[in-house]
Amino acid sequence: MSDGTFQPRIVAFFCNWCTYTAADLAGISRMSYAANVRVVRLMCSGRLDPQFVVAALRQGADGVLIGGCHPGDCHYQVGNHKALRRFTLLKRLLGQLGIEDERVRLEWIAASEGDKVQRVINEMVAQVRALGPLGLTAIPRPHGEAAAVPPCCAE
Amino acid sequence: MSKPKVGFYWCASCGGCEEAIVDLAADILGVVAAVDIVFWPCAMDFKRADVEAMADGEMAVCFVNGAVRTSEQLEMAELLRRKAGLIVAFGSCAHTGGIPGLANLYSREGVLAAAYDAAFATVNPEGMRPQTEYAAPEGTVTLPELHETVKKLDQVIPVEYYLPGCPPPVKLITGALGAILEGTLPPKGSILAPEIALCSECPRKDSKPEKLDFTAFKRPHQIIADPALCLLAQGLLCLGPSTRAGCDAPCITGNMPCTGCGGPLEGTKDLGTNALSAAASVLEATDEASIAVGLAEVPDPAGAFYRYSLPASLLYAKKGS
Amino acid sequence: MATLGPNQGDAVRIGVYICHCGINIAGKVDVADVTQFAASLPGVVVARDYKFMCSDPGQELIQQDIREHGLNRIVVASCSPLMHEATFRRAAAEGGINPFFFQMANIREHVSWVTADKAAATEKSRALVAAAVSRVGGHEALERQRVAVKPDVLVVGGGIAGIHAALTLADSGKTVYLVEREPTIGGHMAKFDKTFPTLDCAACILTPKMSLVRQHPNITLWTYAEVADVSGYVGNFSVTVRRKPRYVIEDRCVGCNACVEACVFKEGKFADEFNYGLAKRKPVYMPFPQATPSVVLIDPATCLHFKTGKCKQACKAACERDAIDFDQRDELVEIEVGAIVVATGFQPFDAERVPEYGYGQYPGVYTSLEVERLVNASGPTGGEITLRDGRVPKAVGIIHCVGSRDHATNKYCSRVCCMYSLKLAHLVKERTGAEIYNFYIDMRTPGKGYEEFYDKLLEEGVHFIRGRAAEVTDWTMTPDEEGKLVIRAEDTLIGAVRRIPVDMVVLSVGLEAQADAGEVRRLFNISCSHEGWFLERHPKLAPVSTFTDGVFLAGACQGPKDIPDTVAQAGAAAAEAMALIDKGYVELEPNTAFIDEERCSGCKTCIAMCPYSAISFIADARVARVNEALCKGCGTCVAACPSAAAQQHLFTDDQIFDEIAGVLSYV
Repeated sequence: MSDGTFQPRIVAFFCNWCTYTAADLAGISRMSYAANVRVVRLMCSGRLDPQFVVAALRQGADGVLIGGCHPGDCHYQVGNHKALRRFTLLKRLLGQLGIEDERVRLEWIAASEGDKVQRVINEMVAQVRALGPLGLTAIPRPHGEAAAVPPCCAE
Repeated sequence: MSKPKVGFYWCASCGGCEEAIVDLAADILGVVAAVDIVFWPCAMDFKRADVEAMADGEMAVCFVNGAVRTSEQLEMAELLRRKAGLIVAFGSCAHTGGIPGLANLYSREGVLAAAYDAAFATVNPEGMRPQTEYAAPEGTVTLPELHETVKKLDQVIPVEYYLPGCPPPVKLITGALGAILEGTLPPKGSILAPEIALCSECPRKDSKPEKLDFTAFKRPHQIIADPALCLLAQGLLCLGPSTRAGCDAPCITGNMPCTGCGGPLEGTKDLGTNALSAAASVLEATDEASIAVGLAEVPDPAGAFYRYSLPASLLYAKKGS
Repeated sequence: MATLGPNQGDAVRIGVYICHCGINIAGKVDVADVTQFAASLPGVVVARDYKFMCSDPGQELIQQDIREHGLNRIVVASCSPLMHEATFRRAAAEGGINPFFFQMANIREHVSWVTADKAAATEKSRALVAAAVSRVGGHEALERQRVAVKPDVLVVGGGIAGIHAALTLADSGKTVYLVEREPTIGGHMAKFDKTFPTLDCAACILTPKMSLVRQHPNITLWTYAEVADVSGYVGNFSVTVRRKPRYVIEDRCVGCNACVEACVFKEGKFADEFNYGLAKRKPVYMPFPQATPSVVLIDPATCLHFKTGKCKQACKAACERDAIDFDQRDELVEIEVGAIVVATGFQPFDAERVPEYGYGQYPGVYTSLEVERLVNASGPTGGEITLRDGRVPKAVGIIHCVGSRDHATNKYCSRVCCMYSLKLAHLVKERTGAEIYNFYIDMRTPGKGYEEFYDKLLEEGVHFIRGRAAEVTDWTMTPDEEGKLVIRAEDTLIGAVRRIPVDMVVLSVGLEAQADAGEVRRLFNISCSHEGWFLERHPKLAPVSTFTDGVFLAGACQGPKDIPDTVAQAGAAAAEAMALIDKGYVELEPNTAFIDEERCSGCKTCIAMCPYSAISFIADARVARVNEALCKGCGTCVAACPSAAAQQHLFTDDQIFDEIAGVLSYV
């Protein structure tokens, strides 16, 4: 990984039942893919709080991938519909803040689609690599004692 | 025993916070009787030199409203920090960046271009920009420097307490003054407002159904809102569920939705995306097409959800600004 | 990072264990480096690597460290939590700490098995370990809720898989509901004449089991019925079954067929489904003589009464028991079961999708299932193998792998076609003395007695031509091809293209997932593979379980298999269901949502989120409250709650933010 090319860091939020299982299947099937994605397991894509996405971006992620069950296949009936609503609005907000479209991605990946995990991750890593580091404006800190910054951003 | 010395100052703000102090009405006489106001440029004739002349920490407390964008505001904030024992970030702008903080959606040059080139009534063929120094015949005149981004107060100086609101409600100001005078302030870093969302004190709380069934958000000018029914239930984007109580919901009483000036709740990491999540959740739409329709009247999500808090958000400012 | 949970008094003391998994992980990840890195993380007291953490000595290592180092948090970096989370939670509990003070980092399925570069795999492992360490500090002690299991079982599908599962369960004393959508149980097996390789008569071994199902006091058999809705969870499923109207009162009908004889249609006029249209039936009919239950049904699409309303209803008059009821409607039945066995079987490949073989075009082209009916003594020809024009074939070509091992249709091998083709070759040759030509890609005969059967066929003089047949045509080139169908194929053993004239072509069609497998899967909340087969929880270690606890798989709905494997799997599914029910309770994953009422403003945002109506508004307190017994732990309400009042055990906001911070803390 240290050959000088930019290695983006991508945080993925995968639902337990479909996409996480698909990622396991990709493993069982030995489908090699880019090592830049680190998976955080949630029970459902409906658990994805948009705050997780911005927290990941603020803490150094160059991209965020969200994976859930295909519409109609949600283990919890309709959690993925809620994920889609939140994601849709979040993407527009992120666009206003200059976050490129390719950096935050939602994919429906069923438990049997190990190959899709491989394809989506390779594709996204290549796209984000082409964009370069995220480069958010640093949050200013006062001189002197530290003021209240959100604990998730404290180092 | 001498009365505690108190200061008020404004940075990037509209003046509404100053009005809020005046809104104390007759109560202000009690305040004046209990404290010694040593600095209040908006209302009384004090100069920066008067503050500079004070000993460090001489002022018991200084209420600073407004965000920070210029070199002058930064210098004053740092000066007041030295002279005051306690700094209270007063109002949304000081607390979370406020309306001026929305300028972080644009670059500094973008802001200047909008004001000096693009504005309707502007004629500026030379593309002039404000200069920090200008050699006039009468001598060198100066202007403060405009920083790249807007900051909330605790991004430039340490702050002990926060009084949210645009402007802070009288009830909260009175409570804060009382706590200061009686020595009953909570731990430093506290926000001097209830730790619960506005819905808790909304007069329309009971009218909210358990399941909202609107399929599209609407904007206040598009409907005549039922004055007795929860505004969210009518499809208006009300941030009451996501922002602090303490104001007794005057906007909702005026039949307008809450825009979230009360700032983030305990446990919120990012007010905008937190409120966005709740709002997108309640919309009744399941596929891409119906979601697009449902969200069409939220044309400016950053402005809607970060109205008072962009500099306090995890993203802080538009990328590259 | 590594902060204490709110209900924890002591400082966090974490033990981190990096598993080699033999060389599965250690071959790609520098485990020593990751261990050293883990030791440097805040809160970590012990970090070790070990060959197999899931082994007894591996688990003992954890327990020993808990005792010796006073550990109160455990992180294991090994395989997927879906594989061994339960193992390590148990190990932690046996070591004396709460089992939920545990977090797993998946560095096998998500790292070593999918990463080419060793340095990259090591770096990714570090990040995942850092995330687990960061998160585990904030874990809280949790208890599993025990819920009683309902003692009854639903078996869906009445083929040999469903029949065997139902009988096994019923024999153990369980009450079984067997639901079959066709008018009779028996499935595909009921259509076969003989079974390979023993050449047992299929009916002789199957029909006794079908009768047993009908007679068994513990089995409620609903044929011509479908599962309409399933709700609930492991041990406590509520199921709605829709019984379609057969226009015959099942309890009254004794299967005397008097109504069939009396029907105004004097002869069968409509394609008989059971015989793939090779015979005709009347609108009122018995699917086949041994149909179970032995009850007729009326097809409203062809019955004059339903079509015109002007039938004299001879059938009704003929029935001494007054069993005909033209007013029957759909009937919905609600049952409560603890476990479900899905045995919905397969559908044969549609031979018309391979047009070059001429099915549907040349009358001499048959599918293997049609030939099963032709050779069957109770079939449309009484077991006489005659062509549609009445001739007895003198030469028969059997084309293997139709709809299998073919990139244009299905890539997989259907597993049974080689063997049933051999069986049909034997039966047809035996009955007609015809020359038989098998066109095969590879002969696949793994199984007890299978290769021996193949040898027997070779000795019987059946011809085997190795090569995929190119086409079936009636375009003749020589006089001896006149009036025949010609199979053109490359014989790869002699390296030449051959033309074999035959009278009958048998297409050995493969097995496909049922057309409505997608809907069925949604109904039971299980997954499908690409091909539509239901997905087992683990291909080797949980082959009859699904990702939905309490739902088990039997037979070809999980993938192509022959009868012995189907029966074995049905027995396994029955045993799994029994184990669940006999245990008497299930322990639910404690990942339910809860609401901090201090923080709740009563905004009700969460309430509408819940698909299970688990959240209600408490009018007195003016807050929302979660009924944990109804909550299934998706966390959708938590993501929606604007006050951070709704939280989810095991997935609190803080735990997830800690995990995000951890996964990014290391560059």
